[in-house]
Amino acid sequence: MSDETTATDQANEEAGTSTDAVVLTGAEIVCECLLREGVDIVFGYPGGAILPTYDALTKYPQLHHVLTRHEQGASHMADGYARATGKVGVAMATSGPGATNLVTGIATAMMDSSPIVCITGQVPTGAIGSDAFQETDVTGITLPITKHNYLVTSIEELPEVMREAFHIARTGRPGPVLVDIPKDVQIQEAEFVYPTEPIELPGYSPPRAARARQVDAALELIRKSKRPIILAGHGISMAGANRELAQLAEKAQIPIALTLLGKGAISEHHPLCLGMMGMHGGAEVNHAIQQADLLIALGMRFDDRVTGNLATYARDSRKIHVDIDPSEINKNVTVDVGIVGDLGEVLSQLLDRVERRPNEAWFDRIAEWRADSELREIVRPADAPQHPAVPEGKLLGAQVIRDLFEFTDGEAITVTDVGQHQMWEAQYYHHERPHSLITSGGLGTMGFGLPAAIGAKMSRPDQEVWAIVGDGGFQMTMMELATAVQEQVNVHIAIINNGFLGMVRQWQEFFYEERYNQTPMVNPDFCKLAEAYGIPTVRVSERGQIEEAVKASRSQTAGPTLIDFVVEKEEIVFPMVPAGADLDDMIRRPTPEEFEQQRRERAVAAKAPEPQTPESTPPESKPSESEEPAAAAALGSRFGV
Amino acid sequence: MAKHILAALVENRPGVLARVANLFRRRSFNIDSLSVGRTQRDEMSRMTIVMESDSAEADRLVKNLYKLVDVVHVDHLHSQPSVVREMALVKVKASSENRREVIQLCDIFRARIIDVSAESLVVEITGEEEKLENFTELVRPFGIVEMVRTGMIALGRGGHTLKDEGFKPNRSRAAARRNVL
Repeated sequence: MSDETTATDQANEEAGTSTDAVVLTGAEIVCECLLREGVDIVFGYPGGAILPTYDALTKYPQLHHVLTRHEQGASHMADGYARATGKVGVAMATSGPGATNLVTGIATAMMDSSPIVCITGQVPTGAIGSDAFQETDVTGITLPITKHNYLVTSIEELPEVMREAFHIARTGRPGPVLVDIPKDVQIQEAEFVYPTEPIELPGYSPPRAARARQVDAALELIRKSKRPIILAGHGISMAGANRELAQLAEKAQIPIALTLLGKGAISEHHPLCLGMMGMHGGAEVNHAIQQADLLIALGMRFDDRVTGNLATYARDSRKIHVDIDPSEINKNVTVDVGIVGDLGEVLSQLLDRVERRPNEAWFDRIAEWRADSELREIVRPADAPQHPAVPEGKLLGAQVIRDLFEFTDGEAITVTDVGQHQMWEAQYYHHERPHSLITSGGLGTMGFGLPAAIGAKMSRPDQEVWAIVGDGGFQMTMMELATAVQEQVNVHIAIINNGFLGMVRQWQEFFYEERYNQTPMVNPDFCKLAEAYGIPTVRVSERGQIEEAVKASRSQTAGPTLIDFVVEKEEIVFPMVPAGADLDDMIRRPTPEEFEQQRRERAVAAKAPEPQTPESTPPESKPSESEEPAAAAALGSRFGV
Repeated sequence: MAKHILAALVENRPGVLARVANLFRRRSFNIDSLSVGRTQRDEMSRMTIVMESDSAEADRLVKNLYKLVDVVHVDHLHSQPSVVREMALVKVKASSENRREVIQLCDIFRARIIDVSAESLVVEITGEEEKLENFTELVRPFGIVEMVRTGMIALGRGGHTLKDEGFKPNRSRAAARRNVL
């Protein structure tokens, strides 16, 4: 986000040079500060304690306010806006319930290091602590889920607090900042002088370059490595270090694995890019990590979803970890070389002197693992021989994503919700550019997709934006359809509708003996719902209909569109590392041969007098160490999709 | 496992104590004691945090403290010569028969008697943790009515100080700043 910082700092200087003092209300000062921070859109919802600021907004037509239908939508929209460009997103809400409704969006932004500033009204200073109407201690509530927060107690400190809030949100490891402003502070008047001197926060100085000794140690490990792999996370794109990453990988001939949020760090068509790692990552990627002799972790944080069992994680490897947040180093995984710094700078430092003799055998091994994965692949071109597990005449969610990738030329910004469709997106939509996949990774917030997509489209009106959502998550925030219509936001909504909370159902199938408790859903007719909002819509239930539906959606250039993809109910996301299992202990989809073999065995078992004949166990499925109670025996054999 | 003494200079701002306390709970740090007070500068407070842990855990706490915007500097006093003190006020049962005995113990420990009543004495004792614990063990048989401890405070010896140079309090902030602990 370094470019953004410089641009805004320059804007500050220009805006701040005219220092003839004017007397403004606190509310007007908020608006003035937003303008000076380069804000053009505010997502929010009015209410009593923030009314003075909403009144002041009428004097600032440059600040476009988007009325959401729920404050959660406002914080997700600000988040989506921020993630699509790296600019700070702004959400506004009133005190009490307005503020608490922001909370899920703030926690989402915190976990994924997304820069947003939330402005909340508060009851007047004299009433704070009296349990006044719509009073809530929002700075207390958001203490652990904000990078920093402020309760403004006097109008004098307001300009400085606003400036600090944006500075803290966008610099270092970005994150959400909340500014709580009592109503009387918004109404008071004071001379407005925008501070022009550089911000000085004695307890806050984001690191830049790495220490030379650390760089030397990292170079030495890279030079000696035979089976290195780069683990690229969200930090690459946030630091704008995409080019440096590609150069480093090319110069030292090191393959790259991506985290979910790392998608876009490098083009997934790049020959050195292996794809996603982790719980639903590529089997070849997880094998490569487990067999590597050097992990180079860049801007990622060894989340449990990418490491699996920490005790057996990449046991034979040395580890280099580069992150801007010192508290991430040695947090989950103990490393040999920890480098704290801005990735752009650190990668440049490494690039100058990196040297390594390429090892073809390492790439050959990865290619073998990949060939095995390809055998098991279920999404194939419509005219190619299909995997026998594909049910006749059924549409698969994975196919929808693969075809959407093709028919949008792989160039859309996709915004997902959370669940199976999110993992299919990660597996089948190959991103080329940074900031082109927006998804709630850390918090896994269902309901994120639609509002975040609206925010992303308003941030990048020049880009095609698709909201890919499940039928479960969509219904958590679908009231924001009205926001999209009111603002005429051209976001294309694809509902992957299987009538189930699909990912939960998958866990129930694997780990809870197929007791599908509270996962089947009775849904509304999503097309009729869209029609009620005046949104063009179509239902797709066969693969052959996808192209035309996507084309029709893309031909709409104003307002939202909606496609209801009715897909196979009991589809599974393969591969899967059960929670807490070893990273290479994956539940795999059977190969066509294994599948046929299992089918024959089942037929024999069905004829046999003893119906309890144990079903065959597919290879590599022994999640005995997993956190889940029941180990899944016949995984993937019954529902081989 | 060892005792780690951390000293933190923090900005004297609203909520700073809540932020630090929240961090302990949020990241499951187990704290023996925390004491907070003003320093020679109005705009700064100093916290002394004592935790029983391995050094990796102590490092993790230092890093997480630094993530708080209001925390200016953190030092691991374990790693340099420092003076450490704690104070306790102990109300000990003491009747006319055994009062002399209690007073003798206080003399040995250089503790001060600061209140006397017919049934009890209030004793002020200062020193390192071990001294306080030995003292309370010895007076326990007489009966401890109630007691309070300050938690440890510590300073580096000689030239060793916590860095706060370069810190300039902001004018509008200073005006708005109140006594906020």
